[in-house]
Amino acid sequence: MMRLPKFEYRVAREIRDAVRMIADAGPAGQFVAGGTDLYPNMKRRQQTPRTVISVTRLSELNQITGDGSSGVKIGASVTLTDVCEHPMIKRDYPVVAHAARTISTPILRNMGTIGGNLLLDTRCNYYDQNYEWRKGINFCLKKDGDVCWVAPGSSKCWAVQSSDLVPVMVAIGAKLRFLSTLGERVVEAAGVYNDDGIDYLHKRADELLVDIHLPPTNGWRASYQKLRRRGAFDFPVLGVAAYVKTDRPGGTVIDAKVVLGGIAPAPVQVTEAELALVGERLDRDQILAAAEAAYIKARPLDNTDFVMNWRKQMAREYTIRALESLSS
Amino acid sequence: MSKKTSKNGDLNVVGKPFRKVDARAKCVGQTKFADDIFLPRMLYCKMLRSHEPHALIKKIDTSKAEKLPGVIAILTGKELPIPYGILPVSQDEHALCIDKVRFIGDPVAAVAAVDEDVAFDAMNLIVVEYVRLNTISTIEEALLIEEPRIHEYGDGGNVHKKVSLEFGDVQQGFRDADLIREDTFFYEGNTHLPMEQHAAVAHFDADGKLTLWSSTQTPHYVHRALAKVLEMPASHIRVIATPNGGGFGGKSDPFNHEIVVAKLAIMTGRPVKVTLTREEVFYCHRGRHPVLMKVKTGVKKNGAITGMHFQSFLDGGAYGSYGVASTFYTGALQTVTYDVPRYKFEGVRCFTNKPPCGPKRGHGTPQPRYALEVHLDKIAEQLKLDPVEIRRQHLVKPNSLTANYLRIGSMGLGTCIDKVVKGSDWKNKFSGWDRPNRKLPEGKGIGIACSSYICGAGLPIYWNSMPQSGVQLRLDRQGGVCVMCGSIDIGQGSDSILAYIVAEVLGIDPFDIRVVTADTDLTPVDLGSYSSRVTLMTGNAAIQAAERARELLVIAVAEKLGVPIENLSLAERRVFDVENPETGVSFAEAVVLAESKFGTIGTVGSYSPPPSPGKYKGAGVGPSPAYSYSASVAEVDVDSATGIVTVERIWIAHDIGKSINPMLVMGQVEGSVYMGLGEILMEEMTYRTNRNVVHKFPSMLEYKSPTTMEMCDVKTYLIEDADPNGPFGAKEVGQGPLLPVPPAVANAVYDAVGVRIDEVPITPEKVLKALREKARGRDPRYGPLSVPTVSWPEPLKVLTPAEGGDGKEMPRVAVHS
Repeated sequence: MMRLPKFEYRVAREIRDAVRMIADAGPAGQFVAGGTDLYPNMKRRQQTPRTVISVTRLSELNQITGDGSSGVKIGASVTLTDVCEHPMIKRDYPVVAHAARTISTPILRNMGTIGGNLLLDTRCNYYDQNYEWRKGINFCLKKDGDVCWVAPGSSKCWAVQSSDLVPVMVAIGAKLRFLSTLGERVVEAAGVYNDDGIDYLHKRADELLVDIHLPPTNGWRASYQKLRRRGAFDFPVLGVAAYVKTDRPGGTVIDAKVVLGGIAPAPVQVTEAELALVGERLDRDQILAAAEAAYIKARPLDNTDFVMNWRKQMAREYTIRALESLSS
Repeated sequence: MSKKTSKNGDLNVVGKPFRKVDARAKCVGQTKFADDIFLPRMLYCKMLRSHEPHALIKKIDTSKAEKLPGVIAILTGKELPIPYGILPVSQDEHALCIDKVRFIGDPVAAVAAVDEDVAFDAMNLIVVEYVRLNTISTIEEALLIEEPRIHEYGDGGNVHKKVSLEFGDVQQGFRDADLIREDTFFYEGNTHLPMEQHAAVAHFDADGKLTLWSSTQTPHYVHRALAKVLEMPASHIRVIATPNGGGFGGKSDPFNHEIVVAKLAIMTGRPVKVTLTREEVFYCHRGRHPVLMKVKTGVKKNGAITGMHFQSFLDGGAYGSYGVASTFYTGALQTVTYDVPRYKFEGVRCFTNKPPCGPKRGHGTPQPRYALEVHLDKIAEQLKLDPVEIRRQHLVKPNSLTANYLRIGSMGLGTCIDKVVKGSDWKNKFSGWDRPNRKLPEGKGIGIACSSYICGAGLPIYWNSMPQSGVQLRLDRQGGVCVMCGSIDIGQGSDSILAYIVAEVLGIDPFDIRVVTADTDLTPVDLGSYSSRVTLMTGNAAIQAAERARELLVIAVAEKLGVPIENLSLAERRVFDVENPETGVSFAEAVVLAESKFGTIGTVGSYSPPPSPGKYKGAGVGPSPAYSYSASVAEVDVDSATGIVTVERIWIAHDIGKSINPMLVMGQVEGSVYMGLGEILMEEMTYRTNRNVVHKFPSMLEYKSPTTMEMCDVKTYLIEDADPNGPFGAKEVGQGPLLPVPPAVANAVYDAVGVRIDEVPITPEKVLKALREKARGRDPRYGPLSVPTVSWPEPLKVLTPAEGGDGKEMPRVAVHS
C-alpha cells in the first residue's frame, strides 16, 4: 500500500499555540484539520511537510455562531457534515448547506472541514498522481518538474480550484479571518484566491484560517450547480454559484454575482453576467445573456474528468440552471 | 452411476436461498485475505516499475539501495530468465524485465526489506538507465508501424495474432439477402476494479518446500508457472489461493509479483509479502480489450439472417496474456443467440505500450455483443420490424449445432425475452420507430438486447486429456464431511455451491460440511475461477464424489437394517427406509457402519466436458458444455441540453438452467448489471498517448466507475430450463448477465433522442455531439467511420453442419496459422 512519509505531528490546544507552532516549524510546517486532502497528498509525495499541526482541538475553530439576520461565523474546523446538517445553516444559508453536501462522500464529510475545503489544494490530472506516475512524465511544474503538461508553453500552473464552497463564498461575499503571530486580518473570500495553480492563495503559510463570516441574509438568494461524473465522491469539474439581490421579491435585480469554480486555478467571477442581470428583472432573456457570458468566460483545460470542450459548453447550461432556480 | 440424485425429485438444499457458507466470516471481518497474513520474520517487498513506456534497459544499479539499512535482498530480472505466460502460445512475460520494458508499470527490480517504508525508500534508490524506443499506442499505429517491435514473436510487426475463419459460403449468404447492412463500432477498454488489491506471501521452509498464498483466481496455473520459472519440482511447491476480494478475471494470470516474492523467499529464507497499490493493480490490468469492430449482415425481409461477416481489431497492450483466446472470443459467440447460417470472422490483436489486456467478465464477448445487438436494432429499424420480434423470431434452436460447430443444449432465450418484454410493458412504451407519434415522452427511451455465454470453456488452457475439475470427499466417523476441491471462491459463492450440492446428495445440512478449497497440497486440481466454469464443472464432480460416498453408506446401512438398498434414502441427517421411515440410522451412524465395513471413507469425483464437435484449427474457443442466455430491457432518460444519460430501470431475465441458490444467482445478475452500466456509461482505461503513454488516472477516484447512486432499479427474472449437462440442470450466471446491458442502454438512448452512439462508453459529450449533428440534419451518430486496412490471411474454410460439414476444415493449398 502507499505509505505516509515520516513527519512530526503536533496538536495545538490553544489558538495562540497553533500560530506559534507553525511559526516555529517554518516553511516545512503545515496545519491539518480533517486530513482528507493532506494525507493522501502526502502519501503521493505531492506535499511533504516535516511538521503537521492539528487544529481540530481548538474550540474557537469548532463553533457556529449567529444567524441569518446578524450574519454567521463558522469555525474553520467545523466538519462539512456539521455545516450541511446544521438547522440554522440549512434554514438561513441553504446554498452553503447544499454546496457542502455535494462535497465527496458522507464518510469524508465527517472528517473534512469547511476550512480545509476552502483552502483545498488545486487539482490536476498531471499532479494528483503518486510519485512513480509523475516520474513517467518527468514531473510537472506544480511539483518536482518544470513543465505544465496541461499547457506546455505556459509558465503558469493550470491546476484547478476544486472546492465546491469557494465559488459560493465568493458569490455571497463571505469573509475569511486569518491569524498569525503577526496579527489578524479579515478578507473578502474573493480576495483570497489567486489565479495560479501553485501559488493559489493570497495567504502566507503561517496564517491560520480561524473562521468564515457569512453576511446577513438581507434580501439576496443564491444557488450552486455542480457538474461531476457521479452523484457522490467526485470533485466538481464545473461549479456555478449564482447570487442575486432584488429590490423586492420578483423585482429588479440590484446586485448579482455569477462565479465559476472547477475550471481554472481560481474561481472565475463572470462580471459580464452581472452586468447583464443588474437593473433588469430576472427573466429568461437576462438569464440567457448571463449564461452566454459565463460560456465565453469559461476556459477549462484538459486536466480534469470529462473533455474540456463539453465542460465549457456546460458552463452555459449550468449557469442557466443556477439562475433559473433563483427566478422562481 | 446415475446423476439422478433424489429418488422423488424433491430437493432439500438445491434451489433454496441458504446463506453463503463463508458469509458471516466476511461480514465480521474474520476472513483472512492474502494481505491479512503475517508470518514471523516476514519481509516486505516493493517492486520498482518502469517509468518509460518502451525502452531498452541499459543498466540497473542497485548499489545504493543495497546499502540502505533494513534492505535484505534485491532482485533483478537476470535471476529469473525463464519466460512464462498464461497461454502456452504466449510465453512472453518475465517476472522482472531483463533487457526491455514495454509499458509504464512493467517491473524491473524488487526489494525485500524489514518493513514497507524501507522497501519503498530502497526502491527509489535503484537507478535504471534506459534507451528510449518509439512507442506504439493505438491499434492503427500497431498495424502501420512495424519497427520497433514490442515483441519478437507474433504475426509480423506489432501484430500479435491474426485469425480468419469462414463457415459456409458467406458471399452466398449475402446474395440471398434482401438487405445488407454494415456498421462500425468501438468499445473502449476498461478494468475489473476489484476491491481487494492483489497481494501475495511466500514462505520457503528449511526442508526446501515453497508455499505461496495469493489472491489468485487460478492457483493451478500459478503453480505451473512457479515450477517453470523457479525451476523447481511442482511437488515442492504449494499454492494456496486466499479468498479473493473480487476478481472478475483480473486475477486469472500468473503474475510477476507472485513469482518475485517466491524468489525473494527462497533467496532470504524468510517469508516475503507484497501488497500492490491501486495504481499497480491498474498496471496488472488484464482487463477488457479496446476493440474496433465492423459487422456486415445480410437479412431477409423478416429479419432472418442469411450471412454475417464480423471483423475485430483488438488493442492488446504490451503482453499476450489470454489475448489469443480473447481474439477468438470476439468472434465465437455471435452464432449462439440468433440463427446465423453462414458466418465469417476475421480478428487481429495488436501489441501496444500499455498494460496488457486479458479476460474481464464476459471475456472478449461484451464488445461484439454490443456491436451485434445495436447493429440488429438498426436492421430492425430499416426493415420496420419490432426489435423484440426480429430477435424472438430467429432464435437458435435448442439441441442444435451452430454454423461454427457449437453444440447448443437447453436454450431459454425466448422465455427470457417474453419475461422482460412483459415486465417492462414494452408494447406500451416502444413506439415502433414512429418518432412523431411517440408513446414515451421525448428524452425517455427503451431498448432491448439479448446475449449468451459459455458455462465453462470446453478446453483447458494447456492441452491435456485429464478432468478439468476434481472433488474429494472425506467422511468422518463422527458424521463430519469434508469436501476438497481446487476451486477458488472469488465472492461468487463457489465454496457454498460445493457444500449445497454435497449436502443435497448426502441428506445433511450444508453447514455440517467443511469446505477446503484452492490449496494445491490438499485439494484435487480444478482449473480455476474463470470462463464461468465452476458451478457446472465442480458441481458435477461434487455430485459424482457424493454419489460414490452415498453408495458406500447405503450398502452398509442396508446390510445393518436388512432392507433393500433401493429403499434407502438420505435426508435430514438420516439414512432411512422410505417405506418405513422410522427404520433408519443417523448419518453419523451410517458413516460408522460404512467405515467398519469398507475402511476409511473417502471418495473422489471428477468432470470432463463433452468433446467439441468442431475439429478445425481455432475450434478450441467457444465450445462449452452449455450456454446461458440473458435478455434485458433498459429504460433511460437523456437530458438533451447536456447529453447526460440516466439509466432509470433495467429488466433482466437470465436462463440459469436451475438455480443451486437463487439468492446467489440474483446477486450475480445484479452485480453484472452494475458492471455493465459502468462499462456503457463511464468506465475507460485511457492513456495520454502524447505524454509518454501514461495511464490517464490509475486511481479509484478518477477512473470513473458507478457508485450506488448511479445504480438503477433492477427487476430480475430467473428462467429455469434445466440443462442436461449442468449439475441439477444448472448453468452459469457469473458473466452472462453483463452482456445485454450495454447494448440495451445504447438502443434505449436511440429511442429516447434519436442518436446512435456507436462507441462505448456513452459519455455526455458524445451524445451532445450527435444531437448537434442531428439538429444540423446530418447523420445523428457518434462512432468510428471506418476500420484500418489489414491483409487478412486466407480464411480457414469449414463447411457448416447444414452444408454437410464434419467440423473439420476444408483442405487448401496454403495454410496460415
